[in-house]
Amino acid sequence: MLVITCPFCGPRDEREFEYCGPAAPPRPEDASVVSDRGWVEYLTSPPNPVGPVEEIWWHKRGCEAWIRLCRDTVTHEILPTREVRK
Amino acid sequence: MKRGNRLPDGGLIDRERQINFTFNGRSFTGLAGDSVASALLANDRMLIGRSFKYHRPRGIMSAGYEEPGALVEFEAGSASGNEIPALLPLREGMRVKSVNCWPSPEFDLGGVNQLLAPLLPAGFYYKTFMRPDWALFEPWVRRAAGLAAVPRAAPEEGAYETRNLNCDILVVGAGAAGLTAASIGAASGLRIVIADMDRQPGGALLGCEAWIEELPGTDWVRKTAAELKAADNVRLLRNTLVWACREQNLLMARQNPERSGERERNWRLRARQLIIATGAVERMMVFPGNDRPGVMLASSVRNYVHRYAVRPGRRALIFTCNDTANEAVPALTNAGIEIAAIVDTRPEPQSVPTSGIRHIHGAAITRTSGRKRVRGALIRHANGRMEQIECDLVALSGGWNPSLQLWSQARQPITYNHRTSMFVPVAKAAAIRCAGAADGCIGLAAALRSGAMAGAAAIKACGCRASAAIPECSPQTRYNAGPWWHDEAPGRAQNAFVDVMNDVTLADIHLALREGYRSIEHVKRYTTAGMGLDQGRTGNVNIVGAIAEATAADMETIGVTTFRSPVAPVSFGSIQGTREGSVLLPYRHTPLTEWNVSRGAVMYEAGARWRRPGYFPQSGESMHQAVNREAGAVRNSVGVYDGSPLGTFAVKGRDAARLLDMLYTNRFSDLPLHQGRYGIMLTDDGLILDDGVSFRLGECEFLMSTSTANAARVYRHVQKFLHLERPDWQVWMTDLTCQWMNATICGPAAREIVAALGTDIDLGRGKFPFMTIREGMVAGLPARISRVSFTGELSFEINVRARDLCQLWERVIDAGKAYGITPIGSETNHVLRVEKGFLSLGHEVDGTTDPYDLGMGWIMSKKKSDFLGKRSVSLRRRRGVPRRELVGLATADPAQVIPEGAPLTPGGRREKSEGVVTASVWSECCGRSVSLALLQDGRARHGETVHIRTPEEVMEARVTGSCAWDPQGTRMRS
Amino acid sequence: MADAAVSRSRSQRYSAFSLLAGAFRQHRGWRPAWREPPLEQCYDIVIVGAGGHGLATAYYLARHHGSKRRIAVLERGWLGGGNVARNTVTIRSNYLRDESIPFYVKSVALYEGLTKELNFNLMHSRRGMIDVINTWPKLREIRRRRMVMDLHGATYRPISVDEIRRRIPLLTGGGPQSRLPILAGMLHPDAAVNRHDAVAWGYARAAGGLGVAIHQNTEVKSLLCDESGAVCGVETSRGRILAGKTALAVSGHTTSLTDTAGLRLPLRSFNLTAFVSEPVRPVLDCIVNCPDLGVYLSQSDKGEFVIGGAPDPGQSFRRDIRQNVFEDTVCALLELFPSFKRLKLLRQWGGHLDMAHDASPIMSPTERPGLYISAGWWGGYKAIPAGGMTFAHLLATGTPHPLMEKFTLDRFPHLDFIIESGTTAAV
Repeated sequence: MLVITCPFCGPRDEREFEYCGPAAPPRPEDASVVSDRGWVEYLTSPPNPVGPVEEIWWHKRGCEAWIRLCRDTVTHEILPTREVRK
Repeated sequence: MKRGNRLPDGGLIDRERQINFTFNGRSFTGLAGDSVASALLANDRMLIGRSFKYHRPRGIMSAGYEEPGALVEFEAGSASGNEIPALLPLREGMRVKSVNCWPSPEFDLGGVNQLLAPLLPAGFYYKTFMRPDWALFEPWVRRAAGLAAVPRAAPEEGAYETRNLNCDILVVGAGAAGLTAASIGAASGLRIVIADMDRQPGGALLGCEAWIEELPGTDWVRKTAAELKAADNVRLLRNTLVWACREQNLLMARQNPERSGERERNWRLRARQLIIATGAVERMMVFPGNDRPGVMLASSVRNYVHRYAVRPGRRALIFTCNDTANEAVPALTNAGIEIAAIVDTRPEPQSVPTSGIRHIHGAAITRTSGRKRVRGALIRHANGRMEQIECDLVALSGGWNPSLQLWSQARQPITYNHRTSMFVPVAKAAAIRCAGAADGCIGLAAALRSGAMAGAAAIKACGCRASAAIPECSPQTRYNAGPWWHDEAPGRAQNAFVDVMNDVTLADIHLALREGYRSIEHVKRYTTAGMGLDQGRTGNVNIVGAIAEATAADMETIGVTTFRSPVAPVSFGSIQGTREGSVLLPYRHTPLTEWNVSRGAVMYEAGARWRRPGYFPQSGESMHQAVNREAGAVRNSVGVYDGSPLGTFAVKGRDAARLLDMLYTNRFSDLPLHQGRYGIMLTDDGLILDDGVSFRLGECEFLMSTSTANAARVYRHVQKFLHLERPDWQVWMTDLTCQWMNATICGPAAREIVAALGTDIDLGRGKFPFMTIREGMVAGLPARISRVSFTGELSFEINVRARDLCQLWERVIDAGKAYGITPIGSETNHVLRVEKGFLSLGHEVDGTTDPYDLGMGWIMSKKKSDFLGKRSVSLRRRRGVPRRELVGLATADPAQVIPEGAPLTPGGRREKSEGVVTASVWSECCGRSVSLALLQDGRARHGETVHIRTPEEVMEARVTGSCAWDPQGTRMRS
Repeated sequence: MADAAVSRSRSQRYSAFSLLAGAFRQHRGWRPAWREPPLEQCYDIVIVGAGGHGLATAYYLARHHGSKRRIAVLERGWLGGGNVARNTVTIRSNYLRDESIPFYVKSVALYEGLTKELNFNLMHSRRGMIDVINTWPKLREIRRRRMVMDLHGATYRPISVDEIRRRIPLLTGGGPQSRLPILAGMLHPDAAVNRHDAVAWGYARAAGGLGVAIHQNTEVKSLLCDESGAVCGVETSRGRILAGKTALAVSGHTTSLTDTAGLRLPLRSFNLTAFVSEPVRPVLDCIVNCPDLGVYLSQSDKGEFVIGGAPDPGQSFRRDIRQNVFEDTVCALLELFPSFKRLKLLRQWGGHLDMAHDASPIMSPTERPGLYISAGWWGGYKAIPAGGMTFAHLLATGTPHPLMEKFTLDRFPHLDFIIESGTTAAV
């Protein structure tokens, strides 16, 4: 059970949040102009690092903020979080 | 007291309160403060049960959770699996019995296994029982397994609960070190929690005589604990085993109830700083016959004498390789235990010998004698001379194993210390530290000092000032232990146990090494050493030592196996706490649940935890009959259903239309005011996520609906897209599912009923067409009516505030009486939508289809340059590989309903399928069964005969269009 | 025939007789179970990872595809120490898709003959699995499975709730008044459990007997590429090793290695937890699976209940136990078996594995000539024999085995996913 610091609510229990996948690079503004390979890679092959990974969590049972955080996949250490908009 | 092993005075027991209990059906008496083990020893019961594999007699070997020998279980109704008698506080009326023996531990038929032992070395089962087949042998092997019986009765409800607690410093273990650390912490004002698994604080101090600050050890404990209890900022948890250390200093603990009626608690403790003061466990010594009842750990003998005033034997032989066993001598002598000799493996005396006691140096026990109780031991002197010494108690001290389970679970490093022959922690992490014996500080003075230092350091780490006041006690010499892993035991290694609990011998370790199982993990897995209930606490290091000796490797290189939680077994009930049944999976209800139940509806969960009516059987009706009646009502007159669980969302803001254009494959920005449009939503993978109708309520406001089961997923999908990809768009999505609830009136007579309810909305045919929405008053309630149809009939979905739904519903039923209005359930809804060929999540939309597959290519906008999923759909379809497409099926036998999910195969042969039946129902209005299927290249195959194959039969059907009822849609538009 | 491979080897035969003979010599005559020859600088095929899949691949390569090849298996730690050492030994073939079922049917069949083939008792116990169903959508899916499985020779048959309760008397939860009443059940008689360490050791011993070199404590640090981009070997903690073909069977670590060759794969690594109870007398003679509650269990020959649940949220390279996930699984277990509240947890552990974007396995050549991967095994224990056999085929012939031809990386450029569960692994 992690403690995740919501930028609005402070440190909260992981059970208030929902994991919403790795933080992919931004979706292309217009998907039709990307190369096939680029599109497939964007969709299917997010980074899988042994170490810090950027991911998206949603404070679903809290303030509903969308949070981008950097979690170490080996230690679970969470580097400072921020709201995704920023 | 008869058979008197109880000493006339001393002990932390209440001699005034006798407690009656039974063991293997015989009645015994103990005292308040006793454990089951001490009470049994007081009654001269050393033999407790039989061992796991060889059914050797086993007795009580220790006074704590490291117990490798004795296991008991509760009788019948209160069975709770295997229990360690030393950990069970004695209670009135307790009924315990031996495990793994029949008919009794004294005479056990399974004991025949001892004769077979030469045939049963480690891993013997990998080499045999292969022919003719393992299946013939398995039942016999299984029957022999398992120790105690499985609990068969659930405890009463409310036996468990979960609590959360945050603190600045958590001290695990309330021994000398833990109490000292907590006392220093208490003065700092920080929030301190100190947890100890025992019934009373004190740790090793309960089991030995000591003086701290001029008080007897137990008095110092009592005084310190009282001070801690009095402090507002300290919480002392007794009976609390901290069993796991998870990420970010989350510690899991189980607190046993102290009195009957209390709950067993699961604690989630979150600590800024963790101090592990869990002490150390005395190590077994490995020599032939080291498992015989009467062989005990030296510290445990001392513990029984001091804490329980019980004398486990009359004449003791002490066998040791370190300094601590000597300290036990005075207590044992005072208790009237005659010391036959102290056998020390180290050649030279290391400490001042106790006068009047025979010390033998450089010697070892090479075997014990006796059958169900040790009667003597054979000593090999340094010069090789053998000597038999009579005794009924062998007290072992093979050195100490710091209890590092929590430390190791926290992924902290461990190293081997040669001077003390121990694996000890290497301080590294800032938020976790060890103290006392757990830190390798053996002896009271060292433990007190270490506890004070750890406490002060933790306080400093919390940003407070601390002074490490170290309690005074008698000075001690530096602790030494000679490494001694086993007696050489020529030819008798098969009786020298390295793991008493799992019956693993030195011979087994050597066999594993011989066969190439060299890694400590291989040895452990091949021999099962250390995998028992006691986790090999007393024996694991001896195994490492044996490997080191046999392979000439370094102790540190071999290392210890991974420590896994829990530290000691904990009940599943305590882990669950109060989360059971409806608390675990709460239902969602609409306001109509009571009405539905009172009308005899068959209720069940129908997705997203909503409790909904499946159908409303009238007297004696089967489900089939009820559904036919309900469907007939909708097709011929009128029905009503509660459509509230359907996901409903408000989408508002300047960019609302733009958002819907992005989410759905078709266009919404050109939707006129008060009109609705059906849309399909894809994931960016190009597969259908959901479908539904959205209405435009204003230039910048839409009302969006989703399927019931998917509402939460869609909400997340949209929010994620908005927040991550288009944070600059000015649009907000709000979940209204539980705000607006509806009664949906459907059927040819629906308009008359809405009119009869009384409304200011013009219901005229031209005035309120299909796929539009109106706001106004209905039956005196503020309402929104939308003209959508999931049934294919004329339909009015009357949405009101949730609190008004019951009232509306009653009025609808009243108003519809004249038309025979019929409430319908979700089973009927399913029939109606299959007749219409409408899509359903989990049927046609199974995560593999796109709109083209469903014959809805028209909904894929060609004008929009981008929407979610567009790119992927075009990429996937570019190669023109044939795909499964939605078709209808008309079975050759019109009465035949196909099992849903049945595969279609070419010619009905038993081969790879070419399609799947997604839905099939009996259609009363069509007079035949109506089915939908996804069929390879299906749209090109209309009119063709295809075959459906189930394990039972092969069915024929003709491929048709997917809409069997009113294909033009005139009825729902009427 | 089945034993031919092993009898050719220098391994000692195991039997009741040899055990008896061993007893007379106080078991001093047993020789090492597998070969540990000196490390060479060059092999025809290097398999990275001595887990279940790696060892099985080596065995089938040596057995079916000629003994001339020099084959090495490189292992970072101790052989059999990967996921084969930490799983719930559930062997079954109740899949949904035509692409998947034949492969798992083959794997189950291979497992059944494996004890005799390897001359190593895997204690393979074909005790069947009972799926306990609590919701209508799941019942629909499970019935669909049954009918598709029948096409491919896998058996799955309905079992009444009464019959379930008769066979599993302790399953007293899920009654008509409970929150999730048991609606129906399905029996999968082909399902089995066995002894996981024995599978690794049996394959290692048999492969060693056929000349495969197994090198433990040899960590592969990176892949070696030549100037054309082809993979020509590996850099290890014991030096550089050249290989004609390099095969990765490293579970969660696939991308860590392919990253070193600049190759991106649609894989992410997750942690999956399992736990066992204290040992108790045998009371459960089948595997029980409850997909609606998210828990499955069986009882080992030692008497421990072996229990598994859902993966942790988020990627992970930590063999971990997340308390929230674990508690959910315990709650699910106790909904079905309320008397287990009194039973005790003995041991728990985690293991990491990688999952492809569509949650189906990948067995494939790669863009880099010379590099082959077998990855994305999610519940890959059941797939070890057929996975090894088909990967050996791919390595020997360069073309995918017919059972696995749909499972190559080729499916991704066209987004032709093989979706088992009904949803993508989008999160």
